[in-house]
Amino acid sequence: MTTPAARLFSKLDGLFAVYKPQGVHWKLVRDTVETNLLKVVNSCPAPPPRCMVQFQLLQSGDCSSSNQLTVTKSSLPALTDHPLVTGPRFHKIRVGVGHRLDAFSSGVLVLGLGNGNTALESLYRSHVTREYILEGEFGKSTDDFTHTGRVIERSTFDHVTNDKLERVLAMIQGANQKALITYSQMDLSTQEAYELAVKGLLRPQDKSPPILTGLRCLSYKPPQFILEVQCVNETQRYLRKLVHEVGLELRTNAVCTKVRRTRDGPFKMEDALTRHHWTTEDIIPAIASFRRTTRKIRKNDSYRKVVKQSDSTTQTQAQTRTSTCKLESVNQEKAGSLNPSETSVDAKQF
Amino acid sequence: MYLCGRGVVYLQSMCIKARHVHVAKLCQTSTTVLSHSRSQKDKWRLYGIRYFSDQRTDSSPLSHTASKITEQQTPEHGLVPVMISELHELSSAPGPVPAEQTSIDLDVQSSLSPFEEISDEDAIRIFVPPNLPPTTFTLRDYVDKSETLTNLVHLGINLSKLEERPNVGSMLVRLNFQEDVVPLLLFLKDLGVQDVQLGLMLTKNPFLFTENLENLQARVSYLKSKKFSSESVAVMVSKAPYLLNFSVKRLDNRLGFFQQQLGLSAHKTRDVVTRLPKLLCGSLEPVKENLRVCELEFGFHRNEIQHIVTMVPKVLTTNKRKLTQIFDFVYNTMGVPHSLIAKFPQILNAKFLHIRERHLFLEYLGRAQYEPTHPNYISLERLVALPDETFCSEVALASLDDFERFQKTL
Repeated sequence: MTTPAARLFSKLDGLFAVYKPQGVHWKLVRDTVETNLLKVVNSCPAPPPRCMVQFQLLQSGDCSSSNQLTVTKSSLPALTDHPLVTGPRFHKIRVGVGHRLDAFSSGVLVLGLGNGNTALESLYRSHVTREYILEGEFGKSTDDFTHTGRVIERSTFDHVTNDKLERVLAMIQGANQKALITYSQMDLSTQEAYELAVKGLLRPQDKSPPILTGLRCLSYKPPQFILEVQCVNETQRYLRKLVHEVGLELRTNAVCTKVRRTRDGPFKMEDALTRHHWTTEDIIPAIASFRRTTRKIRKNDSYRKVVKQSDSTTQTQAQTRTSTCKLESVNQEKAGSLNPSETSVDAKQF
Repeated sequence: MYLCGRGVVYLQSMCIKARHVHVAKLCQTSTTVLSHSRSQKDKWRLYGIRYFSDQRTDSSPLSHTASKITEQQTPEHGLVPVMISELHELSSAPGPVPAEQTSIDLDVQSSLSPFEEISDEDAIRIFVPPNLPPTTFTLRDYVDKSETLTNLVHLGINLSKLEERPNVGSMLVRLNFQEDVVPLLLFLKDLGVQDVQLGLMLTKNPFLFTENLENLQARVSYLKSKKFSSESVAVMVSKAPYLLNFSVKRLDNRLGFFQQQLGLSAHKTRDVVTRLPKLLCGSLEPVKENLRVCELEFGFHRNEIQHIVTMVPKVLTTNKRKLTQIFDFVYNTMGVPHSLIAKFPQILNAKFLHIRERHLFLEYLGRAQYEPTHPNYISLERLVALPDETFCSEVALASLDDFERFQKTL
C-alpha cells in the first residue's frame, strides 16, 4: 500500500524542460519549481496520527469514596504527530538543472526531478548539440558584449553587406569544423569516421572548448542581425563573444542584444513550460511525455560506458604488456651488466 | 551494588505488570514523599513543567536529583494517576551512591517482600516516570506532556516554526498556561483580535508572552489616544504582531516620523498606518531611502508622492532596486508620463516580468497605446491587474495560446 505522497513522488521522477525568462537567475527558476512542488506534496493527506493510550482517574470516585477507584482507558491521537508540531513533512525535492543559462539569456532549461538527476549526467556526457538564436547589433562594443554594458567603442557599419556577413560566418564555421574533427578523436581515414561525418554526427569525445557545429544568418536588417547557432560545450558568454568577434571581423563593432536557447539536445522549445505552468499539474504530463527520451539518454550513456570500458581495458592491457616487455628487457640488461657469465651461459643455452 | 541493582530492575518490572504487589517503603524519604504528595499536589503542579527546561541547563547527576525529581514530578501529571515514586527512588539507588547509604539500602531491602499485596490507594499512587529527554532539539517530545504546549497547539500556533528560532523553545516550555498565557489571550480577545488570527499572530511574535500586560495596555491606550478606532487597533495588531512590543515612546516617534516625512494630515497618516501597520515595526531607513528615490531619481512632485503613498503604502517598504527597475521600464520603455503613473500607482507594486511580457506582447500586436486622449487607450490598471485570460481576450484581443507562444520568443 502506498501513500498519496509516495504515488506523487513516483510521478515526479524524470526530465522536463522549462522556458527561463530573461533577467532571472537559473537558481531562482529551480527554487520556484521546487517550492511549487513542495507545496503540493506537503498538502497530500498525512498518515493518521498515532494514538496514545491514557489512563484517566475518574474524579468523582476519587472524592466520594476513596476505596472505589476507577481508571478509564482512552486512546487519543498524540499531539506529537500534529502538523503544527511536526512542521511540513518534506523540506526538499531533488531538482537538478541541466546545461545552465545565465541571467542575461533566456530559453529552454532542462530540469531533472528525483532519479532523473542521473539522466541529467548522462545528458551532459552525451555532448548533444544545443541551438541558439543570437540577436546582435552593429555599431558599438561594450565591456560585457551585451547591449546594456558600458560602451567601449563606436564605429560605422555602412560597409557591412549581407554577403560579407555570410562570408565571415562561413569562415568561422570552417575553423570550428576543423576543431571538431581534432577533438572527435576519429581516424579520418576509416569508413566509420566517414559515415559519421556524412551524417554530421561527429562529436567531441571528452572535454573540449566550445565548438560551433552550425552557424548561419537568419536575417540582416542593418544594424540588427539574427544568427542561428548549433554548438557543443558552449557558455552564453562565449556566444556573446562570438557576436563581438563577428563584428571585429567585419571591421566594425557588434553587441549582443539577446541570447535565446531554442533547443537543448532532444528538448525543444515547443515542449518547454512557461512561467505560469511551473505547477505540478503541468509538470507531471511534461515528465511523462519525456519519459521515452529520458530512457534513451540513459541507454546511450550506459552503452557508451561499456564501449569506453572495453577500450580502456584493451589499452591498459596493451600498456601493461609493453611495460612488462620493458621490465623484462631492463632485467635482462641489469642481469647482463651484473654477471656476464650467467648471460653468457644463457646465451649458450639459447 | 550489583545485586541491589538487579533487585530493583526485577521489582520494577513486577510492579508495572501487576500493580497489586506491595512494595514496602524502602527509604525514609519515600515515606515523606507519600505524605507530601497529596498536600503539595497543586503547589508542585506549577513547578512541574518548569523543571523540564531547568534540568536541561544544569543536567545534574542522577543520584543527586533523584529524590527531588520524584517529588516534583509526581503531582504534575494530572492525567497519569499511577505514581511509582517509591520505585523511582529505588531505581536511583544503583547509581553512584556513597557507601554508607548503600549499606542502609541493603538492610532495608532484606526486610521487604515484593509479593506483599498493596491497597488500591497505594497502587494508585505508583507513579510511572515519564520518559522525557533532558535535552532535545524539538518541542515534539514535550508537547503531549506539557499543558501549555498542548493548548498552544490547539490554539493554532505553529510550534515547528517557533522552535527554529533561538531561545523561543525554552521560553515556551517555561510558560505557565494559567498565569502567563491565559491573561494575554483574554487581553487580545478584548482588543478585538479574531480567533483565527490569534495562532498566526503568536506564531509570528511569541515574545508577546513575555511582555508585561500593563505595558501592552499602555501601548493600546496610547494608540487609542491617537484616535485610532478600536477596530483598526485590532486589525493593526493582528497584521503587525510586533507592534505591541514597541514602547510608547518609540511608537510616538515613529508616528511622528511618518507624519513629518510624508507631510500628510493626521487623518491620512492614520489611514496609511492602519493599512500597512508593518511600517511602524520595520526599519525607517529604507522608507527614507525610498522617499528619496521617488523624489530625486524618479522626479515625482511632492503631492504626487503623497498621492502614491496614500494609494499604495507598500511602495515605502518595497525593495529599492525593484522599484527602480519597474519605473525605468514603465517610464523609459513604455513612455508613460509621471502624471499617469501617479494616477495608477498600483503598477509600482506589480511584478516586473508581468509588466514586461504584457507590454512587449501589446507592442508586437501594435496595441501598446497608453495615451488617454487617443483611441484604443489601455490604462495601466487594465495592463497589470487583469488575469491572463481576460487580458488576452479583452485588452490584447488575441488567444491565450498566442500569448504563451509569444512568451517563448522573449
